[in-house]
Amino acid sequence: MTNERGDSVLSGYDPHEFYCEMLRGEANQPIRDRLANLTIEALQRRSADAEAELYNLGITFTVYSAKDAIDRILPFDVIPRVLSPKEWDHIERGVIQRVSAINLLLDDIYHDQKILKDGIVPAELILGNANYRPIMQGVDLPYKSYVNICGTDIVRGADGQFLVLEDNARTPSGVSYVIENRHMMARAFPDLMNGIGIRPVDNYGLMLQQAMQEIAPKGIIEPQVALLSPGTYNSAYFEHVFLAREMGVPLVEGRDLVIENDKVYMRTTGGLAQVHVIYRRLNDDFLDPEAFLPESMLGVPGLMRAYRAGNVSLANAVGTGVADDKAVYAYMPRIIKYYLGEEAILPNVETHICREPDALKYTLDNMENLVVKPVGEAGGYGITIGPKATKEELAEAREKLIEDPANYISQPVISLSVSPTLVEGGVEGRHVDLRPFAITGEKTWVLPGGLTRVALRRGSLVVNSSQGGGSKDTWVLE
Amino acid sequence: MSSLLSRYADCIFWLARFVERAENLARILDVNETFSRDARGSQNWLSIVQLNADEKRFFEKHPIATADAVIRFYVTDIENPTSIISAIRAARENARTLRPLISTEMWVHLNVFYNRLKQIDKAELAPGAMTRLLTWIKEACQTHTGITEGTFFRDQGWYFYQLGRYIERADQTTRLLDIKYHLLLPKSADVGSPVDASQWSALLRSAAGYHAFRRLHSNGITPSRVAGFLLLNHRFPRSVYLCLREVDQNLNELRSRHSLRGGSDACNAVDELHAILSTKTIDEILDAGLHEFIDLIQCQLADITNRLAVAFFGAMPTMPDAEAAPAPQ
Repeated sequence: MTNERGDSVLSGYDPHEFYCEMLRGEANQPIRDRLANLTIEALQRRSADAEAELYNLGITFTVYSAKDAIDRILPFDVIPRVLSPKEWDHIERGVIQRVSAINLLLDDIYHDQKILKDGIVPAELILGNANYRPIMQGVDLPYKSYVNICGTDIVRGADGQFLVLEDNARTPSGVSYVIENRHMMARAFPDLMNGIGIRPVDNYGLMLQQAMQEIAPKGIIEPQVALLSPGTYNSAYFEHVFLAREMGVPLVEGRDLVIENDKVYMRTTGGLAQVHVIYRRLNDDFLDPEAFLPESMLGVPGLMRAYRAGNVSLANAVGTGVADDKAVYAYMPRIIKYYLGEEAILPNVETHICREPDALKYTLDNMENLVVKPVGEAGGYGITIGPKATKEELAEAREKLIEDPANYISQPVISLSVSPTLVEGGVEGRHVDLRPFAITGEKTWVLPGGLTRVALRRGSLVVNSSQGGGSKDTWVLE
Repeated sequence: MSSLLSRYADCIFWLARFVERAENLARILDVNETFSRDARGSQNWLSIVQLNADEKRFFEKHPIATADAVIRFYVTDIENPTSIISAIRAARENARTLRPLISTEMWVHLNVFYNRLKQIDKAELAPGAMTRLLTWIKEACQTHTGITEGTFFRDQGWYFYQLGRYIERADQTTRLLDIKYHLLLPKSADVGSPVDASQWSALLRSAAGYHAFRRLHSNGITPSRVAGFLLLNHRFPRSVYLCLREVDQNLNELRSRHSLRGGSDACNAVDELHAILSTKTIDEILDAGLHEFIDLIQCQLADITNRLAVAFFGAMPTMPDAEAAPAPQ
């Protein structure tokens, strides 16, 4: 359908065999109609304006080369991804359930370890995990809240079902893009958003600040909150700035903090001022050279002493990484059942735990159809994607698997859903995922929507920003 | 009362200084380009290099101080730490650190300003186009100041910003006077000649003080009047006297309204300099030597900065004779 102004946005769009976020949703009709009234040229023009604005605002991640800092914006696609109230309700309940189970798991692991004694999760999986922190054993946290900020990575398969791909229970990032993307859309596409009824996202900072107040050590009337960043060289520095601003708290670095009498203070122009809650965007390893990596210059010597003494709260708690491990992920449906007596509302991607004989046999028999992932800390390395692997690669993977089955899980290849995306030459379907953000203090609250990451290369399943992925605004309708 | 991180105080102080520095550098270059030709119409670009004590660094890159070389060195050479682009980059880096403190408008403007500086091409540096470029740079700096004035929350950070701005401005005004001193030095026969008058008027223009000066002295430009105006006038916003008064007031504000205990050292140093500027006449200063007086002011300003750093920015006190002292074992 070509009108005299040029091709409209969705006229030549074909999602092929994939589940399409825009065409399949029943709630999307008004947005589809409005997109049909926009020409691709107009969309491209507004998109260029939006990108220039992101650059001017410095909403960038920084790539440091030998000589200079290069600021890149996270590519931003202007066609939104839309979720109906029903879809969102399902995701929200599922995320809250998962966060509850993860917090119960962490509290149990760092106290009585019932789940290990009952044989639900193999003890060595937890106690031998690189992210397990023995120093946390017996430490009591306010509201037993370990994972105060959680990012759950969710994908949608060919049948449209939402599946959890990963739990990020350490320092999940990306929420700043959710809010900035929305601001950007409001400026660039008032006509697209007008009267649609989209749930707001800009109270995230308030909710976060409130949760930080809730988890403060008992008896503190006006807790001083600070955000601890590795500094301006960190690629997520923009987000640290964003969150500190949204919460109205100082953005500190390790060198700004000092421990005296097991209490945390920041150096100010008026002398030392006590800090009660730290939202730390620094991994456990770097937090305290006395307790963890002695060579770390980013942390604060003695911080763990203050933490264990109950004089400061950390968000997220130390040692939460044990819960977002790939191997533990495989047990999540059983963990939810164990603590909550419920089925998982958001199922895992079907996962075979190769340490279990049946699963190992199934994996070996179906290697060419499965993704085989090592569960260690390698983060993306050592993955074998069956359908794309050569015979030699499969044989090699098989060997490794037989050698150390406990180090592997396998999953079917998921045919990720697509969303219409503006690319050079028009609009094409690109694979997307979704990372909703949950904040937990006394209770859990989920930001309506989340970060939709989009793989900008045709056919690519990689939505990661460091690998050329971008993001989209995610609308949850009223 | 909210407290201010020491590191933030340091960054905001230097953010202000770097922008003020860039503006003044643009002024100096513009004046040199536009007004300060001698009788033969040539210009002494080397004096700008000397003014900034950059001879070594400059001559490592350029055999002679041509207009082209000096302008590139001071406008677009990112490797030269005293260039305009380096100053704005440093200001932007400080702003990046300070983003939780400063307004979004302040950050966006510096970000855009720096990105634009990176794109300056050869044509914009050509003799005929230079003034347009330098005018834009001056205005961008003033826009920054205006945005800051209009959007920056008036808590402690604001006062540290003002301290940085006025200390740098006082320093730069003395440098402007000094460049005249350098220009004048080899040709003392010209003192009082028409050429000389035009150069002093150029100096006033570079400090944006020509018309203010005219309102005060409608009957002629003399070196002592100009020097007196730039050093001692109580109402001219770039005079050293007025800058010092601002430094004094802002420091007192921090110590009284914000109850900061530190900084009495710095206060004393400011008072001392203030007293000198309040009691000396320009004739006394010229008799004793303008260059020596300027040197004294610059040393005092550096001393005040060090004292502020120790009192508020978390710096370690420097030993009085650190260089002469034996290295610690």
